[in-house]
Amino acid sequence: MMTPISAAEAMSGITDGSTVLISGFGTAGLPANLIDALLNCGARDLTIVSNNAGNGESGIAALLAAGRVRKVVCSFPRQSDSYVFDSLYRSGEVELELVPQGNLAERIRAAGAGIPAFYTPTGYGTTLGEGKESRVFGGRGCLLEYALGGDVALIAAKSADRLGNLVYNKTARNFGPIMAAAAALTIVEVGTIVEPGALDPEIIVTPGIYVDRLVVAQPRCSLVGEGSEV
Amino acid sequence: MTTVRHSREATREFIDRGPLTPQELAQRVARDIPAGSYVNLGIGQPTTVADYLAENSNVVLHTENGMLGMGPRAHGQLVDPDLVNAGKVPVTALPGAAYFHQADSFAMMRGGHLDFCVLGAYQVSVGGDLANWHTNRAGAVPAVGGAMDLAIGARTVYVMMSLFDKSGNSKLVTECTYSLTGRACVDRIYSDHAVVDVGPDGAIVLETYGSTVEQLAERLPVDLLRL
Repeated sequence: MMTPISAAEAMSGITDGSTVLISGFGTAGLPANLIDALLNCGARDLTIVSNNAGNGESGIAALLAAGRVRKVVCSFPRQSDSYVFDSLYRSGEVELELVPQGNLAERIRAAGAGIPAFYTPTGYGTTLGEGKESRVFGGRGCLLEYALGGDVALIAAKSADRLGNLVYNKTARNFGPIMAAAAALTIVEVGTIVEPGALDPEIIVTPGIYVDRLVVAQPRCSLVGEGSEV
Repeated sequence: MTTVRHSREATREFIDRGPLTPQELAQRVARDIPAGSYVNLGIGQPTTVADYLAENSNVVLHTENGMLGMGPRAHGQLVDPDLVNAGKVPVTALPGAAYFHQADSFAMMRGGHLDFCVLGAYQVSVGGDLANWHTNRAGAVPAVGGAMDLAIGARTVYVMMSLFDKSGNSKLVTECTYSLTGRACVDRIYSDHAVVDVGPDGAIVLETYGSTVEQLAERLPVDLLRL
């Protein structure tokens, strides 16, 4: 049975050079309290895997601004207020691995499922596919993509029971379930913790086997603006 | 790639009017989305197609950040930061909506379960190559999101765009000069001046607005075919 701990305690064991998976799509499902704790714990030289590269000056943007991040793996770094990332990227102070969103998701899923690599048609024949192994299946060109796991996953969920079973809120689910399974250490911030049995087993989205540490925190969400040019 | 078969026998030229307005264009795309379809509408102009779907059409909208059954934009008290669309705009959920995680969302796309997607574009080639994610502008931060997955995932891919860019250059081209999103993935272009099928048979004009096929062909760097 898990006893909730503080966000600061939950960071114990996170070392310099870690690969950290962070859930969220924009700010929906972003574990803002855990990201603050990661910043405060001082770990540096991090590789951050997340759909976006932060907005404003909080969350992932704060980690970037503090010089803690060596590399970002994401699908959509450019948002209306992603000026911290944009500036570091242009000056070459942070490395970017840009991955189509579906490939990013499937690479994370594969890591959690014990699949080292897979072929996918997404990105074939584009600049993002350059230099990758490819093969044709049924007349369709595909790229070999590798599993993408983490040392740590920081995710946000709506509720947990004390066995770590999780349920999410609406589209804040996004990367949570696949990241929870893909990291050696999964830390979850939740709005509420209930006793085992209080969550209907039929509606549990992430089974507790994937969850290591629970932190109770109030979600801190604000909306970001549209980020695409198309 | 699914090729859409034409129900009409001949190219139609609407020459007693001008090009389609953005609203008319959205309406025109909506007319070609059959009732009951599962559809993803890309960020920007394609989103406006939803405004013209018939209320009883039972079209189910997919948003790649993890929902089927997306409703209109949320306002006032209905705004929930945890309920957003792919453009991170707050939306509503219709009765019967379903939420799912990112790997499921893209599996249903890549797996060929989505009937249609409607995307914006910088350029489309006559062979159906799509460029809609990167302008190659110096200093631009590249961002791809789900564009490449959508381009190759949906069973039918529609592009909705103005036929000419702000400098007057044709966005329908022989070969894309911008970075590709996907190869041979676009089935049909809905533009202000024409509706055009693209693919291995070349650019086949279904409808024109404000000019004849021949008049339009004079302004374009590609060969146009009639039905």
